[in-house]
Amino acid sequence: MFFGYYPGCSLHSTAAEYDASTRALFEALNIPLKEIPDWNCCGATSGHSLNTYLCHSLSLRNMVLAEGVASHLVVPCAACYNALRSTQAFLKSGTKEAKKLQEDIKLSIGQEYKGMLEVHHLLEVLGTPDILSLIKEKQKVSLAGLKPAAYYGCLLTRPPKVVNFEADAEQPQLMDRLLKALGAEPVSWSHKTECCGASLSIPAPEIVEELVKKIVQAAVRAGANLLVTACPLCQTNLDSRQPEDYKLPVLYISEILALALGISAPWLNKHLIDPSPVLKSCNF
Amino acid sequence: MQENKVLPQPHLLSWVQETSGQPVSRCYQCYKCTGGCPVASFMDILPHQIVRCLHLGLEDELLKSKSIWLCASCHTCKARCPNGIDIASINDVLKAKVISRGLVPASSTIATFHREFLASVEKYGRAHELGLVMAYKWKTRDYWKDLSLGVKMFRKGKFRLWPDRIQNKEQLRSIFKRARGEA
Repeated sequence: MFFGYYPGCSLHSTAAEYDASTRALFEALNIPLKEIPDWNCCGATSGHSLNTYLCHSLSLRNMVLAEGVASHLVVPCAACYNALRSTQAFLKSGTKEAKKLQEDIKLSIGQEYKGMLEVHHLLEVLGTPDILSLIKEKQKVSLAGLKPAAYYGCLLTRPPKVVNFEADAEQPQLMDRLLKALGAEPVSWSHKTECCGASLSIPAPEIVEELVKKIVQAAVRAGANLLVTACPLCQTNLDSRQPEDYKLPVLYISEILALALGISAPWLNKHLIDPSPVLKSCNF
Repeated sequence: MQENKVLPQPHLLSWVQETSGQPVSRCYQCYKCTGGCPVASFMDILPHQIVRCLHLGLEDELLKSKSIWLCASCHTCKARCPNGIDIASINDVLKAKVISRGLVPASSTIATFHREFLASVEKYGRAHELGLVMAYKWKTRDYWKDLSLGVKMFRKGKFRLWPDRIQNKEQLRSIFKRARGEA
């Protein structure tokens, strides 16, 4: 078993710890990840905001390249995942524009999309019964004492028919199940799919601060000692824009799982809010 | 308030329905979109009002509104709408219309950010976060906001100094050209 791997731009920069911990995790599980050669940016929010067709074209190039590597693709970034799934849905619609997109990409890159690629978010892969039991088998450290608030955000769960991430888009459970299986006690809380404001963080930080404040307050109110995310932009916004007095650490799901597997974690010092007091209090 | 001489103008409605693929005319104004929208309190035209403006053909109001730029594309409206309307997708085609007509975007900061982001992708094939933030700051002359946060993130090694470039620039150039309708 192996997977194609599309890290996306953030994982090579502001979310380098997400990339490093994901790779370390798969290495420990003996599941090879093959990075798509010469992948490009998915266009993210700016792409579809100004030119939806451009956004689909950028994703389709990645899909053609990914198809040459593996039939199953793992994507850790929620925005990249959403972009790829949206393009798949657009192609499936079979409209005139969708056919033009296929033609255009063939002209631009000289290859055709065969339509065989399966796109999965990292969480979906980690939550499959086989891989989850493999993780449990290799677990060295219990996550007891950690009370994470699993934060899914927007792009993993919406639009429901496009991403098809979980049956109930308002109440996703996958990350909670993973954390619980390894001994943590995920809290039941209100803001797991509320928006963090995403890329408004640069041009309208006051909006993001307001949204992040509500999310962090809800997590603390529910008794969480940690936030867990599966999206680089959510992590950056929650880590950098929460009110100073909260100091609620924000870790990636891959970092938590790496801790459970006893993998040394040099990347933990990359966070603005130091997670070590909470981790030490739980004997990590 | 609009005077009562406003008459519905179907051309805007049908154009938006066609380009965004959203069944705008199904809306019966239940306000669920506005109730769940995380940025509604910052908007000048609320999400359900955006749809109503489309029904009435109030094109100028929409193209001049801040709301279309403030939308975070979280798709909560789409997930909850009983008629399956995604207002984020409507806002996308309206933003594209503002740009293609050469109008001034109601939020110049957000529009500048999107432009700089795509400029970075066009140049390198991948977004260079540090470079695009600096270009954004330069264009908006907003040098001081977030400076201390930027320094903190820099010290943590969050930024990559030099851009990551893809090899096959020709393919990328062709993709951008075709998406702009130049090829």
